Amino acid sequence: MPVNEDYVGRSFDPVGPYAVDAAMIADFAAAIGATDPVHTDPEAARAAGYRDVIAPPTLAVRFDQLASRAYVQDPEAGIDYSRVVHGEQKFHHHRPITAGDQITAQTTVDSIRMAGGHAMITVRSELSADAEPVATTTSTIVVRGGE
Amino acid sequence: MARTFDEVSVGDTLGPVTIPVTRAALVAYAGASLDQNPIHQDEDFAKSVGLPDVIAHGMWTMGAAGTVVADWAGDAGRVLDYGTRFTSMVVVPRDGAELEVSGVVKSVDADAKRATVELTATNGGAKVLGRALAVVQLD
Repeated sequence: MPVNEDYVGRSFDPVGPYAVDAAMIADFAAAIGATDPVHTDPEAARAAGYRDVIAPPTLAVRFDQLASRAYVQDPEAGIDYSRVVHGEQKFHHHRPITAGDQITAQTTVDSIRMAGGHAMITVRSELSADAEPVATTTSTIVVRGGE
Repeated sequence: MARTFDEVSVGDTLGPVTIPVTRAALVAYAGASLDQNPIHQDEDFAKSVGLPDVIAHGMWTMGAAGTVVADWAGDAGRVLDYGTRFTSMVVVPRDGAELEVSGVVKSVDADAKRATVELTATNGGAKVLGRALAVVQLD
């Protein structure tokens, strides 16, 4: 089944809230080799002007993954995940994700472009905490056409 | 310590920084990011779907390269915008691989005290990120 272009503009139910704790941030930072103590030491984070330990900017993708599942796993959307390649990724941060946050995320399908048998899908997730915006993630995935 | 706007000029360079890529890091990243696709962890699976070997998550590479600009600016909370295209795979054999990351200041915004940095990340000489741009807040 081809990618369903009728999904452009569709927003899915928000997911969360998900609690962000110090361990989640420390594990993510360690995995990407981010050794700055603002990720692990609350005193260092406070000295840098933050409420508590902060996440690397790309941790936002974790919440995008949770929010966009409703779309990519929707059988009607026609996305064969075994054919998906990650093409492009952007983050816009209002502030860093911080330990103690309760993150809610909502995904919208911004565009679907068909080209040469492939579908390029741009999905945006808005992350917020206490109804205040935290970050926007924009992912472009390429669903390769069938042989 | 955050970098001050006054000490930054267009053309300033960051790095190069050599970052090791290990399978252990990819396994840790899979858990931390919720991306458990076996092509990033399981050599046999990766080869069964036509890949040369285990490949790094594009998002791992983006995250690791991002540490270079975060450390340069002061800390990760200084990174306001960060985007990239994924142009080439990072193949990670059993004994690991290396990512070389460098950057250059492309533009500055004196009113907002912000700088736009373009990052270059290569693996075995091949560019793995395309148009990798970060906007950072300086003091």
